[in-house]
Amino acid sequence: MTNIYSTAAQMSAALATKEVSSVDLTQQHLDRIAKVDGDVHAFLHVDTDGALAQAEAADKLRAAGGAISPLAGVPLALKDVLAQKGIPTTCGSKMLENWRPPYDSTVVTKLKAAGVVILGKTNMDEFAMGSSTENSAYGPTHNPWDLDRIPGGSGGGSSAALAAFEAPLAIGTDTGGSIRQPAAVTGTVGVKPTYGGVSRFGLVAFSSSLDQAGPCARTVLDTALLHEVIAGYDERDSTSINQAVPDVVAAAKRHDVKGMKIGVVKELGGDGFQAGVSQRFQEALDILVANGAEIVEVSCPNFEYALAAYYLIAPSEASSNLARFDSMRYGIRIGDDGTVGAEEVMRATRHLGFGPEVKRRIILGTYALSSGFYDAYYGSAQKVRTLIKRDYERAFESVDVLVSPTCPTTAFKIGEKADDPLAMYLNDIATIPVNMAGIGGMSLPCGLAPEDNLPVGFQIMSPVMQDDRMYRVGGTLEAALVSKWGAPLLSADTKLAVK
Amino acid sequence: MAAISRDEVAHLARLSRIEMSDAELDHMASELDVILGAVARVQEVAANDIPPTSHAIALHNVFRADVVKPSLTPEESLSGAPATEGPRFKVPQILGETE
Repeated sequence: MTNIYSTAAQMSAALATKEVSSVDLTQQHLDRIAKVDGDVHAFLHVDTDGALAQAEAADKLRAAGGAISPLAGVPLALKDVLAQKGIPTTCGSKMLENWRPPYDSTVVTKLKAAGVVILGKTNMDEFAMGSSTENSAYGPTHNPWDLDRIPGGSGGGSSAALAAFEAPLAIGTDTGGSIRQPAAVTGTVGVKPTYGGVSRFGLVAFSSSLDQAGPCARTVLDTALLHEVIAGYDERDSTSINQAVPDVVAAAKRHDVKGMKIGVVKELGGDGFQAGVSQRFQEALDILVANGAEIVEVSCPNFEYALAAYYLIAPSEASSNLARFDSMRYGIRIGDDGTVGAEEVMRATRHLGFGPEVKRRIILGTYALSSGFYDAYYGSAQKVRTLIKRDYERAFESVDVLVSPTCPTTAFKIGEKADDPLAMYLNDIATIPVNMAGIGGMSLPCGLAPEDNLPVGFQIMSPVMQDDRMYRVGGTLEAALVSKWGAPLLSADTKLAVK
Repeated sequence: MAAISRDEVAHLARLSRIEMSDAELDHMASELDVILGAVARVQEVAANDIPPTSHAIALHNVFRADVVKPSLTPEESLSGAPATEGPRFKVPQILGETE
């Protein structure tokens, strides 16, 4: 029986045999959203009519017997940072309240071409700046495992929607961990592809040299199926990589790591990591060894500077990118009463349109780029970026993939770190190095921490354009864990805070 | 000594075209001081002989053929504008009366 608790792959099979229609499947998810999203608040906008129309189109296409993508008719939740023509796209900001893009992002174009049904837009930290979704101008998203806790960020809405069974697939974006950290704390899977592997056209820019859209789901295979749909070269993104997409679906199905060398990054663990996180991570390593992988410890000594470099580079790029929100061509405009000039209107609009974290990063970035400080801050951060790349290159000379816990802790309480920006930034300590080097990164669940019964994420990192390697390791680990547990971490029997 | 003063933050806010109240400036200055103290660590390892990396994947001279392709109509381009006048964005006065 195919229902909201099924995987996307199961839904795809049921759609192919006409056991279920896409309209029925889509309606089941819309009903689920209506039932639980008042508590979870994963969605900022639900496109009921549009989703049902897309579902009907997918059903017609199947009935006509034409060539069809495996995911045609399967519902998906889209992070509100990606433009979808005619549908509100707010980036979690007051600045873009009511903005409806006149075009589709390339990710959306590809989803539509594959017949994937877009249910609606998911909540996020404003302009993707944050690790808890508390920075959304529209209120926080709640973790389906415990509604008093954060679902991670910035893509907390997408991951919470998956964990609450509001959607089987979701799109996220990852600048310093915004796909992987939410996946870790909600017990779901999230992949940041190689930088340039998925087009950034129509992705509202935060930090252009780091931003990367990617697939999210509840299983490694579902994530791979979605990866295959959205990846590929796009001439409208000047940093898009013009190479064949690795066969991530075959890799996810392989379930074999015999002979693979897996490096544990010494610097991404130990002190500062919650005991239950370290315990579940270690157990996962034991499973990989039992499946024939060789585990070695690897040192990446410059990773300890990654967080500092990130919080110079990302705000610097943000201060430049967010200058486009000047109240002239789109977005809100405040104080234009005919008596004041454009500059004053911009100042008033940006005062009310941006929240505290966005302002903090714009000011920090403007400072880091200003003459007199440029070399000491931005220039030094770019050198650290070189050192981090070299650490990875050296490590990948001797191992196939690198692994670490995705986050130092499980989901913390909403409000717990809201007044301490530095403590909040530390959530991303294990995810940021991946973005700095542009490589691929995956988080998949490796169990619940014994002390709080909350999900723990296992991170796999693979070299540039070798994304299939993380799917191979992730698929093998997931299969072994599910067989050990008797059921996936998230199933119809999982005790969530929402029924 | 503080890494950044309240006056510097006020100057940066002006450059960034963000109006800030006195309370916001005070709060921002103390927060930025802590953050700058933490991120300044990059200077410990940023030796002179290390080249900077601006992009993870180095790409050079990405060109496409200079061919006109379908694009947004004027109406679509103006669809999100706070104010329009005919086929144009309508904006507040940009230059002072004497300029």
